[in-house]
Amino acid sequence: MKLLHRDIEKDNAGQVTLIPEEAEDMWHTYNLLQQGDSLRASTIRKVQTESTTGSVGSSRVRTTLTLCVETIDFDTQACQLRVKGTNIEENQYVKMGAYHTIELELNRKFTLAKKSWDSVVLARIDEACDPTQKADVAAVVMQEGLANLVLVTPAMTLLRAKVELTIPRKRRGSCTQHEKALERFYDAVMQAILRHVNFDVVKCILVASPGFVKDQFMTYLFKEAVRQDNKVLLENRPKFMMVHSSSGHKYSLKEILSDPTVTNRLSDTKAAGEVKALEDFYKMLQHEPDRAFYGLAHVERAADALAVDTLLVSDKLFRHQDVPTRARYVRLVDKVRDSGGIVRIFSSLHVSGEQLTQLSGVAAILRFPIADVSEGEDDSSSEDD
Amino acid sequence: MKELAGQGRVAGHQLRLMCARGRACAWWSPLKGPSFCSIYPGRPICHLLTTENDIRVPGELHDQRDFEDDDMYGQSVEDDYCISPATANQFIYSRREKQVPKEEPLEEEEYEEEDVPMSPTISHNLDPLDQAKLYSCLDHMRAVLGDSMPDSLLNQAAIRCGFDAQKALDAVLSEDPKRAPVPNRTGADVEKAPLPQRSRQAAMIEKAKSRDVSNNKLDCEVVPKVARMTVSGKKQTMGFDVPSSGDNGVIAAAGRRVNSPENTTATPAAGEAAPKRPETPSRGSNEDELAGVPAPGRAAGKARQTMDVKAELEKRQGGKSLLNLVVIGHVDAGKSTLMGHLLYLLGNVNKRTMHKYETESKKAGKASFAYAWVLDETGEERDRGVTMDVGMTKFETESKVVTLMDAPGHKDFIPNMITGAAQADVAVLVVDASRGGFEAGFEAGGQTREHGLLVRSLGVTQLVVAVNKMDQVNWQPERFQEITSKLGHFLKQAGFKDSDVFYIPTSGLSGENLSTRSLVSELTAWYSGLSLLEQIDAFRPPQRSVDKPFRMCVSDVFKDQGSGFCITGKIEAGYIQTGEKLLAMPPNETCLVKGITLHDAPLDWAAAGDHVSLTVTGMDIIKINVGCVFCDPKEPIRVCTRFRARLLLFNFEIPITKGFPVLLHYGTVSEPATITKLLSILHKSSGEVLKKKPKCLGKGMNAIVEIQTQRPVALELYKDFKELGRFMLRYVGSTIAAGVVTEIKE
Repeated sequence: MKLLHRDIEKDNAGQVTLIPEEAEDMWHTYNLLQQGDSLRASTIRKVQTESTTGSVGSSRVRTTLTLCVETIDFDTQACQLRVKGTNIEENQYVKMGAYHTIELELNRKFTLAKKSWDSVVLARIDEACDPTQKADVAAVVMQEGLANLVLVTPAMTLLRAKVELTIPRKRRGSCTQHEKALERFYDAVMQAILRHVNFDVVKCILVASPGFVKDQFMTYLFKEAVRQDNKVLLENRPKFMMVHSSSGHKYSLKEILSDPTVTNRLSDTKAAGEVKALEDFYKMLQHEPDRAFYGLAHVERAADALAVDTLLVSDKLFRHQDVPTRARYVRLVDKVRDSGGIVRIFSSLHVSGEQLTQLSGVAAILRFPIADVSEGEDDSSSEDD
Repeated sequence: MKELAGQGRVAGHQLRLMCARGRACAWWSPLKGPSFCSIYPGRPICHLLTTENDIRVPGELHDQRDFEDDDMYGQSVEDDYCISPATANQFIYSRREKQVPKEEPLEEEEYEEEDVPMSPTISHNLDPLDQAKLYSCLDHMRAVLGDSMPDSLLNQAAIRCGFDAQKALDAVLSEDPKRAPVPNRTGADVEKAPLPQRSRQAAMIEKAKSRDVSNNKLDCEVVPKVARMTVSGKKQTMGFDVPSSGDNGVIAAAGRRVNSPENTTATPAAGEAAPKRPETPSRGSNEDELAGVPAPGRAAGKARQTMDVKAELEKRQGGKSLLNLVVIGHVDAGKSTLMGHLLYLLGNVNKRTMHKYETESKKAGKASFAYAWVLDETGEERDRGVTMDVGMTKFETESKVVTLMDAPGHKDFIPNMITGAAQADVAVLVVDASRGGFEAGFEAGGQTREHGLLVRSLGVTQLVVAVNKMDQVNWQPERFQEITSKLGHFLKQAGFKDSDVFYIPTSGLSGENLSTRSLVSELTAWYSGLSLLEQIDAFRPPQRSVDKPFRMCVSDVFKDQGSGFCITGKIEAGYIQTGEKLLAMPPNETCLVKGITLHDAPLDWAAAGDHVSLTVTGMDIIKINVGCVFCDPKEPIRVCTRFRARLLLFNFEIPITKGFPVLLHYGTVSEPATITKLLSILHKSSGEVLKKKPKCLGKGMNAIVEIQTQRPVALELYKDFKELGRFMLRYVGSTIAAGVVTEIKE
């Protein structure tokens, strides 16, 4: 993402102009937008014209509109962002108050104005515009009969393909069905890799599985690549890396990203950092349960006592459309930052973020133990429900 | 009138028609099946049946006729199935209670008609010989008369004329015009009305005795089976040849039994199993008809089955009970080699194959793996010398037929091992006795403990510990003692009773103490106990929930020759017959069972505990995955994505919070799931709530949680189906908890 212009007043109102450059920026933009913001961007509108004779013609015109945002839609598969709202700046084609849906496009600038830019959003812009944070990783997590092909970018884990095939088991006297099905399965995974992985962008492809599936697959993959003379695969052979995982389900990605050989090679992607942070939290919960809190009410109390050392928050909370609720989360983040704590905002698209979201979305590792107060339990859990 | 004994297919058919003409459906052979309609090749069976449907018989009248039926079918049927009076009563009761309303008139009628003849009956006192004569005679008459005469008439006539077909025919034909069938029938009804009481009591008494199966009973027992075998266009009879029997293919029941090719064991009940096998080809030919009219075939099967399945189960396989055995243990403890060698010693692997394995494995540089190759059949497994998936085969002991599942020991394949263990009744835990070998498997990181806990949690209560590779430690008794005491302590903690755990020193590679007691002097000096095989033989057969609605977890799906495809799995509850409809959940698809195979031998029914493969049609193979549950369409299993469960946490370092992602292993399913709520922590033994809404769960706790799965899974409550209410939770390659389903949400 490129920041072209930033104009924020002392009262935190103001506007920024940004150019999204890659798919991931759409995700960032999605996290920036809020109901009630105004968004100006170039878009295409179907306009009906009525000539003097009364004949009606319709044409598509490209025009720049400014909308008051009402609904925001993010398509994770296509990485597209659609924003619907009412027009607030009349032009020759579109009347005031007319509804329009802008689909934000890559490499076209847009301007976003908010009544109040809070710290979380500003941090998000900084993060989005940081060019160093780039490491695209593709991972194939597989087990016999199941493979998930995912792309891991700093802010997103995108499931690109899921291959699921029933593989007959070995039976006494006949393994041909088993072997044939396995071959078919490997072929399907190979096709998925060829289709979804852009080898120009992806730095590393992790192949993970329990047992020997990964070895078998790699053997198959390069045997086929040689046979078909597939240059792309053969040239990128060094990018492939085998890792152990306990299963072929998507959540095993967590294990892969925390594997030391992977973290060395990837030099700290955000995803790996998040996995690590969550692991730390669980470790703390195990050893000193009074120093690991989760649930908004609990963590808030800990923050009030200036006890929070690391705060883990899921970015899903900041997409909350209810302003006071959102403000409550922002306040919490600010408070922790002010007291010198570290705040880690998890992407809810990552596997670890998913888990954190399930875990009420907020968790904290404390500096010193705070006794668990039982009456607090009830309000926190009632909120969680 | 009394003398209408169940005359196999023909009689049944006849009666069916008779019903169509306005006579109530009192007689109805329980023995119909696909072949039934083939008696009248020209006439579709559905036609006959539908005409019959129209007739509704008032309840009491029906009852009366039922009893009359009791009488009719007499010994021939009654004696077949030694079922306890309690069971019989229960079944009769429940069937009646459950009568299906009008939309399934056909089935309903059949229930009534069929289950009664099977139920406690005693007959007019024909000895088997006479009865057989009667069959032959009736058959002959039928051939002449077609189905224009009520059976009762023929029956009577036959008996009056001393089973002489010619005479009886004369009698019938001359008599016929005079007798209007209707009054005749009612007369009969009245005459027999008092019978039921007597017949039932008598039946009870007789049943009590019926366990010791006499030859006489055996003869009768064969009757239904043979009758079912009727091939299209041919009539079959049983009993004795009638002088002029001519073209009718008359086969004496006894002769048939002897002739049957697979009748190897001479045990009395073998006769039971034998006729079943040759039957399969004929079934094949009838299948189209069956598919056209599934309802009658199935209903018939059901009614029949309700009566006999338990007894049949006892008799099947020559009275040997079926046992599902899983072999578990740490990787390289020698599980596959031990079992492979045992199979070889039992003669289940022929010498030539074994020789081939020996030379090939030697060539590959792993001569010691030769026996393991018996069970490890994929190239990958042989190359690496590691079992990867459960190898399945069977062998027989003195009193058991054992389905052997050789589980992989490697950590990464525990999901496969769970699939195998979930289907097992008993287990053999193989431990490596060599120096360091036992310790590696038993200490942290080894699978001995995890496997032990897993099988216990999956419902295995009896365990043999094969202390393997004893030859490597020179059969030292001290080593054996050391291992047994260490393991004993652990297994007790895991929940095995001391009396249900047996320790046997073995050597898989040299084959000592496997099928026969060892002669090695170092061993016999201090060990005089059983050999592995004897110990397996000594396992108590488990209780099977045959009475419950059908349930089977799919462990494998594959294409076979012919139409449809095959699913394999262990039947957890209930029973199944060919021609029945099943419902697959969660896809919620119905299908028709075309064939059942148990240990590669075709059967026409199977019951809880059997590890079978079913050939099904009418469903897309793509929709069926490993882990689907096939169930009775009338009492389907529930499907949900959210459920509550009581967990027992194992020794797992990371505390469990809500939102914890786990892998749910349930039966043969493995499905990603999340623990969405921690509801309460319970006291381990008393079960009282210690803490509500805990923050996290730690080692060894007992807790109620709510679990959400990604995709729907088919579940049963633990209290309803013990076998299907259990599951395991795994996380990052280790088992974190065992659980039972307590409540199904949504």
